[in-house]
Amino acid sequence: MRNNGTRAAIEVIDLVTHYGKREILHGINMSVNEGEIMIIMGGSGSGKSTLLRFLLGLGKPTSGSIQLMGRDITRMSAFEMYELRKIMGVAFQGGALLSSMTVAENVQLPLREHTRLDEKTMQIMARMKLEVVNLGGFGELMPSELSGGMIKRAAVARAIVMDPKLMFFDEPSAGLDPVVSAELDDLILRLRAVMKMTIVVVTHELESAFKIADRITVLDHGHILMTGTVDEVRASDNERIQSLLNRRPGNEEIHADEYLRRLTGM
Amino acid sequence: MNIQSREEGGYAIVEFDGDVDLSCSPEVRKFLLRCLAEKQNLLVDLSKVSYIDSSGVACLVEGYQTAKNKKLKFGLIGVSEAAMSVLHLARLDKVFPIHASVAACLQKDG
Repeated sequence: MRNNGTRAAIEVIDLVTHYGKREILHGINMSVNEGEIMIIMGGSGSGKSTLLRFLLGLGKPTSGSIQLMGRDITRMSAFEMYELRKIMGVAFQGGALLSSMTVAENVQLPLREHTRLDEKTMQIMARMKLEVVNLGGFGELMPSELSGGMIKRAAVARAIVMDPKLMFFDEPSAGLDPVVSAELDDLILRLRAVMKMTIVVVTHELESAFKIADRITVLDHGHILMTGTVDEVRASDNERIQSLLNRRPGNEEIHADEYLRRLTGM
Repeated sequence: MNIQSREEGGYAIVEFDGDVDLSCSPEVRKFLLRCLAEKQNLLVDLSKVSYIDSSGVACLVEGYQTAKNKKLKFGLIGVSEAAMSVLHLARLDKVFPIHASVAACLQKDG
């Protein structure tokens, strides 16, 4: 599964999802090329976290398909999905480290689950990845002994320990100060440059998005407002996009029907 | 992946051919450690390696440390640009003795 040119690494076609009776994503179409950094941006409630969840195969959509490396994950068996996960890395927002294990043991987890490598090889691989995220020498600490930024980086080390082809970041900058957040941006760029990963980043941080994106998909109320390069998104005259860019709450238009349904549940 | 080895100038020259990844790195590890157990100086030729993943690099790291502990020589030759960037990511390019060729390595030894 090496890079071989123009193939789309991720292809989302007419994706519709529901939460209970409520439709969350209303027909999403998105394509991410191999080696591309795609940012999924949107305010809270835009559906960006939902989209990520489905990209990770953590839910069956109502309709539509999601292809990862040419394979439709919406039609996959649990075993096929398990196999595909070997080439997928995810850095969750809160880090999701297990508090009862050392940092290094956390980083080794995917190796223990998916491979039968020698103990020494796994140890060295985990330590190498801790070096990559600038946590060399911190492997023997417990997660509770790390700062917020270190936990995020440890989570990245765990996510890349298997050399994934597809890497997903959920709000990497959330809760970090600007300096630490900029370091994570640099790390994401380095991973793409060296490991030729295809990277999807879900974020609402504009500065970070503009720095690392090849393209940005802007989500709003479960629709894609636009997909484009940083310059194209900046130049957009779409009012919703501009209000996102200017971080104004915006004139939140009220969908009367939906609002009433939400209040009454009828 | 295939492994071939020969002797030259007091070194075992080990050549891997193909991808070095999760599927074969245990074999790579075993081979390197066996050479070192036999007290051979090692030159690992990566010129026919199209792809090496972290598990492969980890085996090289363990091999090098084992060689150092046994006071044996260890070096890499034929490191492709792609392999070099993987080494670079973990700053290992500054750790391994990397030579342009077998001849270059032997010459350095004098």
